[in-house]
Amino acid sequence: MNAPSVRSEAATVETLSAPLLRIVNLRKSYATPQGPLAVLRGVDLSLAAGETMALMGESGSGKSTLLHLVGALDDADAGEIILDGVSIARLPENARAALRREAIGVVFQQFNLIASLTVAENLAFQAQLAGRLDPQWQARLTHRLGLENLASRYPEQLSGGQQQRVAIGRALAVRPKLLLADEPTGNLDEATGDAVMDLTLDLVTETGCAFLMVTHSARLAARLSRRETLVAGALARS
Amino acid sequence: MKGKTLAGLLALLSTPAMAQGYGGLGSDAPGFDMPKPGTPIVFPKDHGAHPRFRTEWWYLTANLHSADRTAYGMQWTLFRFGLEPPRESQEGWEDRNVWMAHAAVTSATENLVAETRSRGGVGTVGVEAQPFKAYIDDWSFEALDPGFDKARVVARGPGFSYSLELTRGGPFVLQGDAGFSQKADTGQASHYYSQPFFSVEGALSLHGQEVKVAGKAWMDREWSSQTMAPDQKGWDWFSLHLANGEALMLFRFRGARDYVSGNWISADGSTALLGADDISLTPLSQTAIGEHNLPTRWRVQVKSRGFDIEISPLNPRSWMGANFSYWEGPISFSGSQSGEGYLELTGY
Amino acid sequence: MRQTLFALAALLSHWRRHPANLAMLILGLAIATALWSGVQALNAQARKSYDSAAAVFTGGGAQNIVSARGGLFPQELFVRLRRAGVKVSPALEGAARVDAKNIRLIGVEPVTLPAASTLAPLRENREARNILTGEGRSFAAPQTLRELHIAEGARIATERGFALPPVYAIDSAPPGAVIVDIGIAQKALDQPERLSRLVVAPEQRLDSAKLTEIAGNSLRLVEPDEENDLSRLTDSFHLNLTAFGLLAFLVGFFIVNASFGLAFEQRLPMVRTLRALGVSMRALVGALFCELVVLTSLAGGLGVVGGYLIAAALLPDVAASLEGLYGAKLSGQLALDASWWLSGLAMAGAGALLAVASGLSKALRLPLLSAARPIAWREAHHRYLRRQGAFGALALLGAALAYSTVDGLAMGFAVIALALLSAALLLPVALAAMLQIGESLAERPLAHWFFADGRQEIAGLSLALTALLLALATNIGVGGMVEGFRETFSGWLDQRLIAEIYYEAATPADAREIEAWAKEQREVAAILPVWRAKTRISNWPVEIIGMAAHETYSAHFSLLEGGAEAWRALHEEDAVLVSEQLVRRLKIGVGAMLDIPATRDLWRAKVVGIFPDYGNPKGQLRLDHARLVAHFPDASGVHYSLRAAPGDVAPLMEKMQNCFGPKLARLVDNAAIKKISTDIFERTFTVTTALDTLTLVVAAVALFASLLTLSNLRLAHIAPVWAVGVTRRRLAGLELLRMLLFSVGVALIAIPLGLFMTWSLVAVVNVAAFGWRLPILVFPLQWAEVFVVALVTALFAATIPALRLARSAPADFLKVFANER
Repeated sequence: MNAPSVRSEAATVETLSAPLLRIVNLRKSYATPQGPLAVLRGVDLSLAAGETMALMGESGSGKSTLLHLVGALDDADAGEIILDGVSIARLPENARAALRREAIGVVFQQFNLIASLTVAENLAFQAQLAGRLDPQWQARLTHRLGLENLASRYPEQLSGGQQQRVAIGRALAVRPKLLLADEPTGNLDEATGDAVMDLTLDLVTETGCAFLMVTHSARLAARLSRRETLVAGALARS
Repeated sequence: MKGKTLAGLLALLSTPAMAQGYGGLGSDAPGFDMPKPGTPIVFPKDHGAHPRFRTEWWYLTANLHSADRTAYGMQWTLFRFGLEPPRESQEGWEDRNVWMAHAAVTSATENLVAETRSRGGVGTVGVEAQPFKAYIDDWSFEALDPGFDKARVVARGPGFSYSLELTRGGPFVLQGDAGFSQKADTGQASHYYSQPFFSVEGALSLHGQEVKVAGKAWMDREWSSQTMAPDQKGWDWFSLHLANGEALMLFRFRGARDYVSGNWISADGSTALLGADDISLTPLSQTAIGEHNLPTRWRVQVKSRGFDIEISPLNPRSWMGANFSYWEGPISFSGSQSGEGYLELTGY
Repeated sequence: MRQTLFALAALLSHWRRHPANLAMLILGLAIATALWSGVQALNAQARKSYDSAAAVFTGGGAQNIVSARGGLFPQELFVRLRRAGVKVSPALEGAARVDAKNIRLIGVEPVTLPAASTLAPLRENREARNILTGEGRSFAAPQTLRELHIAEGARIATERGFALPPVYAIDSAPPGAVIVDIGIAQKALDQPERLSRLVVAPEQRLDSAKLTEIAGNSLRLVEPDEENDLSRLTDSFHLNLTAFGLLAFLVGFFIVNASFGLAFEQRLPMVRTLRALGVSMRALVGALFCELVVLTSLAGGLGVVGGYLIAAALLPDVAASLEGLYGAKLSGQLALDASWWLSGLAMAGAGALLAVASGLSKALRLPLLSAARPIAWREAHHRYLRRQGAFGALALLGAALAYSTVDGLAMGFAVIALALLSAALLLPVALAAMLQIGESLAERPLAHWFFADGRQEIAGLSLALTALLLALATNIGVGGMVEGFRETFSGWLDQRLIAEIYYEAATPADAREIEAWAKEQREVAAILPVWRAKTRISNWPVEIIGMAAHETYSAHFSLLEGGAEAWRALHEEDAVLVSEQLVRRLKIGVGAMLDIPATRDLWRAKVVGIFPDYGNPKGQLRLDHARLVAHFPDASGVHYSLRAAPGDVAPLMEKMQNCFGPKLARLVDNAAIKKISTDIFERTFTVTTALDTLTLVVAAVALFASLLTLSNLRLAHIAPVWAVGVTRRRLAGLELLRMLLFSVGVALIAIPLGLFMTWSLVAVVNVAAFGWRLPILVFPLQWAEVFVVALVTALFAATIPALRLARSAPADFLKVFANER
């Protein structure tokens, strides 16, 4: 498999020039009855296009929160997130939604799919929303993810692994700049999970997007090119 | 027939504050006429009603025997009560008289009674003087000829009915002093006459069985506005058919002091007023009926006539219904004479 | 036991955190109970009043004797009966007016009154004495005195100028009646020596043969258990009220179901936890049952109070309707009868139990650990649709069957009920079909999702949408009937009230006098006597009205059947015109010969025409005036109408008033009559309209409750779409739009359903209940109204949930993905 390594080399070169994603002093706290609870206390991070990173940490360390902020799913309190030159830390909702549609793909641990749409419709959903449906790319994704026979099924009829594959397909169908995953294999058994990881990494390399994954499995983290650990809301310097 | 008691109906007459005497008969009667001594009693006019007086009755009792010598008593009474002294032209429902009638048949074992009430003025009840006719609902007592020599009396009630023909055997008899009958020392009195000489023939129907009967009957007519003194509780009244066609009427009004009077009636209808000291009335035994104790056996004496008898009732329980508070029943007597008659006890 | 209490405590703690839901639950059940028990209270009140009115004479099981033809009979018959030994007590009843209010004057004879009569206190000696001496006494219920603004001891004066004896309060007097001595009554009503009935002493049983033997054919024996006329006449009115109450209850029941559903949905995790902790199934069910009892008692109790308030508020209108339509007098004080509030609580309990049953069964079948998969709702959804479709078709079949087999009022209501039921069952199927069409037409992703996802909501919203459907359909159905009636009635009244002036003389002698005077007046174009008599045909009361031969009638009096020929025959032959309801009741038609009991004999006449007589529960015959006088000499000869030029009406009426004063018992112009008649009907329909509106409100609340129930479930469906990049505002807007779409769908179905209801009400129910038929009129404007109402209802119900969605924090969505469901 030569292409990936060439790719990653090229990616490294690009990193040195301008990172796709830059996070500066990111802060986020949640309101609780006992007062504001600081979850992120100044996180600095950058990610180049094509780079893959694993984000690790104890539960409650804020890794999911960080992912959400990067994915324009939520607002930051302070700090900067710059994605491809655009500051996205505190965007109005319309802009955030547009960003999510066009530039970012997200895969959660569960409930990714829209229950009332078929697999094929799910796959095309984000791309159609963004107005960037590419039938050929769509077909290729379907094939690569092994979903041809499941095209007219509904999510409730799929196994966990199948559902995650559809989720990934949907996220990548729009050719995002950045693919985010929050414990995507957390609900799957080891074998299925590994298979899903393989597919994901292959497709990430093929599309050349950046990949940021939250996980607490060191084994999975090892498969990605970088690892960062969050401890109590800030990156641990390793 | 269920209904209010005689006493209760009589209470209609009294003002609430002053129900005095038995059934209020001792209360004042403002606006009504009072009996006056010397008022002539004229027939046939006085057979009719006297609405200017407050109370009035047409009272018929009879001692009867069937073919097999079973003794019966019969009663037919029509009472009139004036609620208000009459004004001119009070016709129809404006009539202020309320009428009540009692009918009874008594045997040694039974006392069957019936009562009915009616309002005057509309034709359901009435008394005509000439020819005599007294009627209420389907009961009647009417003369069959203009001279009142013959009459028929008809009544019916639960379990009994009767239709009897009466034949008069003597003149109408004025009681008291030419029809003015005093009842108390304080002067309360009524106009009172009787017809003790009726002979009777007819039939009774008891529980569907017809019984032919014959015997004697006694008619009483009285009208007044205040019959008793306020302190008097009631009276005991006796009517006796004596031998050789004579008759005896006695009464005792019980009060602070008893007022006793009587009338010895000869066969030709002439009368002799009996004074209190001439008469002796002694209750001999009591019958208890409910809460009431009634003297139903008596010893009666009229000293001036050598008359000394003991009276016993045919049916000691001749109580007029469960709620009625008077006792009326046929009696027989023996002693210096023997015969039959009727006894009435009120106010016990 | 301890387990149950513990579980109960846990369950109840839920309400502390969600007081709004608790309020909704209690409110829903309370409203439903209130509507049901309110209607029951009204019905019970009316029945009591009829019974109290009747019991005056039938107390103790006493037989009554009345005129065979209806109306009064000579006192002489009473005397004849008494002289024959029959223990009867006379009475005279009539209507009198006091200060423009109608009262029922009842004359009784206290000496002979049976002890079992409700007026027995008058037999008591003191009272009898008061009645029969001095000024005498009259009696009325305390409430009647209040209504007439008369103090005890005062003398009530009738419009005819008769002063009744001083009046005193007595509790057992029927409402709206004044009791006097019979002699007084005969004078006050100017009916010397006439009686309206005899009461037979209960101890004495009389049979018809004996009665005929003594009194001939002019009297009729009425057994005590024979339903009195009033009860029968008003039966249909009360049936209508009850049907409405039932409908209202059903709709309210939907709220309860939705609210309980919400409660269960929200407590699923808690229930799961309780079970996992070891609380047994029995304890859990016991706790749920306890909770149900507590809530139901609370809500039911509130509902009964609410019912009382509703009934008290509607009572004046109901009373006015009943009085106007049937002459029935209702006591204006609502009595707290055990029967209706017990039935209210029972219904509340039953309703809550039913609503809970489905929720309970779900809770019982809940697995201890839930799988982290989307609820397999599609399969369930399909099964659900199939089931609904099957039952719906069955109900439709039932409706068709009922129509062809059952007869009368029951059939009418059965058909309507089954049709509504089938519509309710088929509604989700119809909505699903609508969504299917949309889905196949939509190409854009969100649009496609909009329709596809709507399916998920159908099952959860179906009950509330059904409530809305029923409310809207009823709105159209009843509204259509009311509107149709209003228009028809107005037109009909215009035709009937051609004559300009109507008057009633105090006595027939006065009537003669006025007639003679009127002949001299140049303003009077025509004098038309409108004399009346009464009779009974086939044991049904019938009014008899005479008509003069005048173009007023031949040109304007509308006939349903029979044309110019009918008028000629009416005046030249022995002929009658018969009212629509009488024709229906007797099952005759034009050309039939009718034997009519007249004053002295039977009069045989031919039916030559049929006329509409809206709102009259009794039958009516119209005949030539001369023939009326000939065959019904005891007809009341005091009613007349006058023709005059419009400009002359007011001065003529004033002249009459000045000339005749008290000799004129009543004098009105046709505008006044029209207003009175219209008022009566407006009152009647106010009642139904009020209930209708309440039902709509209840439906809206049901919808709202259902949406709240669904909002949590919806989150799992909406979150992925949001994550993919759609704003919350957009999503909320789509939710709102979907609700509006549903309501439009409901409205579309409601309209034909409502039209069907109108048809059933007009052609079947009304005919069976009242005997007259309205033309079916359609009001397209109403349909537009219905759409608007539906949309507004949906807006009202869906706005808050949509706003909540729009304002929800991202964290709420993110929770879905993070295993915190």
